[in-house]
Amino acid sequence: MGGKSEPAKSESMATKPDLLITSFFSFKSLKLKTKQQELLLRISILGLVYILAFIARLFSVLRYESMIHEFDPYFNYRTTLFLTEKGFYEFWNWFDSESWYPLGRIIGGTLYPGLMVTAALIYWTLRFLRFFVHIREVCVLTAPFFASNTTLVAYFFGKELWDTGAGLVAAVLIAICPGYISRSVAGSYDNEAVAIFALLLTFYLFVKAVNTGSLAWALASAFGYFYMVSAWGGYVFIINLVPLYVLVLLITGRYSMRLYIAYNCMYILGMLLAMQIRFVGFQHVQSGEHMGAMGVFLLMQVFYFLDWVKYQLNDTKLFQTFLRITVTSAILVGGVAVGVGTASGYISPWTGRFYSLLDPTYAKDHIPIIASVSEHQPTAWSSFMFDYHILLFLFPAGLYFCFKRLTDATIFIVMYGLTSLYFAGVMVRLILVATPAVCLISAIAVSATIKNLTSLLRTKQKVSQTGSTKGAGSSKASSKVTLDQSQPFQKNGAIALLVGVFYLLSRYAIHCTWVTAEAYSSPSIVLAARGAHGNRIIFDDYREAYYWLRQNTATDAKIMSWWDYGYQITAMGNRTVIVDNNTWNNTHIATVGRAMSSYEDEAYDIMRSLDVNYVLVVFGGVTGYSSDDINKFLWMVRIGGGVFPVIKEPDYLVNGEFRVDKGASPKMLNCLMYKLCYYRFGELTTEYGKPPGYDRARGVEIGNKDIKLEHLEEAYTTSNWIVRIYRVKPPTNRL
Amino acid sequence: MKQSSVVDLLLLLLAIALLTTPAFSDLVLSKVERRIDVTSQIARVSKTLKVVNSGSESVSEFILTFPKFLGNNLAYLSVSHSEGKGKSKRTLVNLSVREADSKGIPDSISVYSVALPKPLSKGDTLTLEVVAAFTNVLQPFPEKITQGEIHLVMLQESAQYLSPYAVESQSLSIKLPNARIESYTKLENTKLQGSELKYGPYKNLQSYSYSPIVVHFESKAAFAVAENLVREIEVSHWGNVQVTENYNVVHRGAQLRGEFSRLDFQARPNPRGASAFRHLLARLPPRAHSIYYRDDIGNISTSEMQSDSKKTELLIEPRFPLFGGWKTFFTIGYGLPLSDFLFASEGKRFLNISFGSPILDLVTEKLIVQVVLPEGSKDISVTTPFAVKQSQEIKYSHLDIAGRPVVVLEKNNVVPDHNQHIQVYYKFSNINLLSEPLMLISGFFILFITCIIYTRADFSISKSSPTYLAKLQWDEVLATLQEVQSIIQKCLATHDKLEASLRDLSRTGDIQTCKAARKSTDSLLKDLSKELKPLLGFLQSSSLASHISPKVEELVAKEKELEEKLMAKHTTVVEGYEKKSSGRDIENRIASQQQKIITLRQEIEDLLEFIDEI
Repeated sequence: MGGKSEPAKSESMATKPDLLITSFFSFKSLKLKTKQQELLLRISILGLVYILAFIARLFSVLRYESMIHEFDPYFNYRTTLFLTEKGFYEFWNWFDSESWYPLGRIIGGTLYPGLMVTAALIYWTLRFLRFFVHIREVCVLTAPFFASNTTLVAYFFGKELWDTGAGLVAAVLIAICPGYISRSVAGSYDNEAVAIFALLLTFYLFVKAVNTGSLAWALASAFGYFYMVSAWGGYVFIINLVPLYVLVLLITGRYSMRLYIAYNCMYILGMLLAMQIRFVGFQHVQSGEHMGAMGVFLLMQVFYFLDWVKYQLNDTKLFQTFLRITVTSAILVGGVAVGVGTASGYISPWTGRFYSLLDPTYAKDHIPIIASVSEHQPTAWSSFMFDYHILLFLFPAGLYFCFKRLTDATIFIVMYGLTSLYFAGVMVRLILVATPAVCLISAIAVSATIKNLTSLLRTKQKVSQTGSTKGAGSSKASSKVTLDQSQPFQKNGAIALLVGVFYLLSRYAIHCTWVTAEAYSSPSIVLAARGAHGNRIIFDDYREAYYWLRQNTATDAKIMSWWDYGYQITAMGNRTVIVDNNTWNNTHIATVGRAMSSYEDEAYDIMRSLDVNYVLVVFGGVTGYSSDDINKFLWMVRIGGGVFPVIKEPDYLVNGEFRVDKGASPKMLNCLMYKLCYYRFGELTTEYGKPPGYDRARGVEIGNKDIKLEHLEEAYTTSNWIVRIYRVKPPTNRL
Repeated sequence: MKQSSVVDLLLLLLAIALLTTPAFSDLVLSKVERRIDVTSQIARVSKTLKVVNSGSESVSEFILTFPKFLGNNLAYLSVSHSEGKGKSKRTLVNLSVREADSKGIPDSISVYSVALPKPLSKGDTLTLEVVAAFTNVLQPFPEKITQGEIHLVMLQESAQYLSPYAVESQSLSIKLPNARIESYTKLENTKLQGSELKYGPYKNLQSYSYSPIVVHFESKAAFAVAENLVREIEVSHWGNVQVTENYNVVHRGAQLRGEFSRLDFQARPNPRGASAFRHLLARLPPRAHSIYYRDDIGNISTSEMQSDSKKTELLIEPRFPLFGGWKTFFTIGYGLPLSDFLFASEGKRFLNISFGSPILDLVTEKLIVQVVLPEGSKDISVTTPFAVKQSQEIKYSHLDIAGRPVVVLEKNNVVPDHNQHIQVYYKFSNINLLSEPLMLISGFFILFITCIIYTRADFSISKSSPTYLAKLQWDEVLATLQEVQSIIQKCLATHDKLEASLRDLSRTGDIQTCKAARKSTDSLLKDLSKELKPLLGFLQSSSLASHISPKVEELVAKEKELEEKLMAKHTTVVEGYEKKSSGRDIENRIASQQQKIITLRQEIEDLLEFIDEI
């Protein structure tokens, strides 16, 4: 690139022949100018960071294989497959009868299509370029690819906020930050994979629009917002944070024409675009979560109007009265509108998920289905440490620097950082949203610190240099040096601090690599353990069971399982399920929960009414796999009991304790879930020196070893017993 | 046994009907030996027939017959006769066999006609070796069993050889697996020796003799049937033959009834799961590499491989054991070195590769072999040792434009006996090899060219807009700044030269050269300051450079001052030398100047750095 800027310049001044010659001369000497050196360095660093962000996420492929991870990605993969096979219109109008039997699900209207469309576009582009790759490979590598793109956005954002140095540091930090890697390793084909990119891009473009007041940037940010809306439900964060930011600017008296242009253009166009996504549609103007943005939009107009009136009136007293009247009437009108809207049901109230964000205890009391998901739990300190490492300490330092140099842009990043960090504290999964902000602010801290320290070092060096050129014998020179050293240990201190910073940063890199390799690269479909001799043992039971279903059951068979496994069964088993991870119908899930927690004959009636052919349970008693259905069972009881009061949680507990051994409650020992998990388990010796029927996941001997099934029979159990499938027998003939 | 008795009855009626038909020709089979091997799921029948022409005319055609229920399941048939006398010289020569229309022979019999190598004249004898493989003739009975029950199958045959010719002496031996034998039809001369069941010898049988027998026995063989097998053989002239095989495997034995208990299967696998199979063994060609084994949902980690110089053995374990009626689908793929399979003959290349599946004892109901040739192959022809359905397709793979020609060979009911080599002949010129790398190179070339054009082209819409003009001006300012910088750098370099000349002076004391150096630098510096003037003028006039020009001016002024100081120092030193003053004296005199020079130089460097950062 060094050669690139050089000819460009010689071209612009072609009118001056002498200059042309001299510039040519300097080109010939092949010594790059400092500027060009810097550009070359910057671009090569960015290129390396881009590659680093990609390859750091390939641990999962190297350790396991190129496969889709976890739960939701399987649904995304299935829909992407459908999209590439059938085309966009079929996809948009897809009614899926394979899930939520017998209700079905309108896929086109209930998903965020951004991810699937993105992957399909990449796929089609590659095919157009004559690279005939499999769609699975595209899906697996979508997340790392977008993570790489995010580093670029982070660089530009950092540059916009502070300077290029901060941008580079931000790119490096975000490339390997575990908080982001956790959701973007190869194979984690989830909405978040592209959404974080879209989120950061929208924010960057908006800040750029505010800084420049350019309509083009505002338009770009509206499109960024549209992409975000199409990709993830987290767009609500943008549409609340941006108005909040605008409000803060208005209050702090930083209102400007730039802000007016940026916000209005972004809001109006963004809203119109967002409404094109069917899942969002009119919610964008009707639901409570979006009302703030509209309020700020109107406020902005009032502000502008007042500004104009002030300019016209030229009379402070008159203006004051006018101001009072306008503000009161505006607030009145707004209040009445909101009141009427809410009362008439035109404006829908806030959803449960939104409430639970603002009030962490809300879900626990009111919506067990949200509280039951592990990633919706409040975040522990340890996971902050785990995901952010040194960023946790750099973040406050960065805030200090931001406050020291307060601009429109730094106000934005401060607000983004603080709000998202609060949400990250409420829900584990929202650490992801806070990660870019934390990285950016930390990058400002790192960059500013290093810059200060090095400039300190460099000025010192120059003085000592002059001292040496002068010769040792000069006494005046030495007196000047002592004059300069007003702070005697400044240089040494700076060196020590620099070493400290580099030590911290290298610890961060080591930590990130370790976390990525050990914790975040497991596909969770395939479980790996260390054997007695240190060898790697693979438990591939999930796929074994799903593949058995796919191959050896009738194509229209209905599978009942807890909702966690719904997406996987439809994607890998290709069979109809009763409930899945979409959790849109609480009653339906509660029905399954009720069936699982009832006695076998009651459950049989429920299963008959749902046309269930097979029941699938996940059981870790043989291998010691702890996230199995017995450990999730209390949530089934709670969710079932929330809709059907017949199911009472205390029936399954003994003195408030959940047990499966002899001391368990009779209802527990005979409910369907218990029977299906422990059927014939009592005859199996799992561990040497323990009685038969010893449950290794819970470390107890089970309480009911003599389980007889009347209406179900074992259809398949995987080699490590992790997945057990039962066939629902047809009713016996009446005598 | 209801079903089999019905079959028996039908066969009896058939035999009676047959007996009434007239003899076919004058050939007589003087000796017939039949051996049936049912240790696997395929019934392999090998017969040795001694044919004698007892008539007057010479005969060039020999008729082979099978009962229809066997003939329909005939997968493989080969007839050969031994040439040359003496055991050592015997070579087997394959004879051509075709399905003949059954003129004068009832529909319940399948007829095959064998063309004899030379017409058999009167009284001559000929020994024919017939090998036939039948699938689906071992019927599971009972048809549904539970996990713990043993797997019983039933074979129906005729104790006497069904032939349009009279048979003088014949015998039959059936090789059963080494396991339980439930029952068998007892006729005269029936013997059971270990696991071998013998019928005969029977003498002087009429044509179309038939006497049905049924053997009911336990089979432990894997009844693995590939309902559908697609083998894709892709030839790359870069040195690889990539084989990808997609199997739809089903267990065609007795179906599993009731529940599958993992506990029983784990604890007592032999009685409780004997009817299932867990493994399939594939014997791949030697030097097979990059082997993979996967299915729709990912890699299957349960497989083992052993390889030596003669073969590569791959033990495939499906995700779950296959019980009767259970299905699975999987893909195996492997690469083979091109040099082992591709040869050249008469200006053509040919691929010589095995037709069937490498898995042992696997019956394939429908086999599709797709040979993908490199893009640009022409004149494609195929030779196969047996009849197959042929067609051609086009396949698009990486970096293809015209697509690769694909030869599609289709055959139903394939048994391991079909694992013979087929040859695919084609023409291909080596230049085509370069097309793909060239495409990639040109692709990148175009990419870079567009980048270069993009950075150099001016895409602004309005050439008169103020921002555009400002940008142009700013570019000019930057360029000028760079000029200024380079000139100042040059000045500094000349200063260094001057200093160097002083140092030379102190070493050599040669005043003349020092003066000459001074002169040349003087003129040089003058030129440089002349160059600097218009640039400074431009910066002062430019509105955009208003915040820079003071700095630049300061820089230039500092430089001037430095120049003056240097000159003064130079003069002082030279004068000092001319006056022959002592070195210390001179040093003392210039010390203050030296101090100033250093600080000035420092300031200039700082200013330069500042300008550099703009």
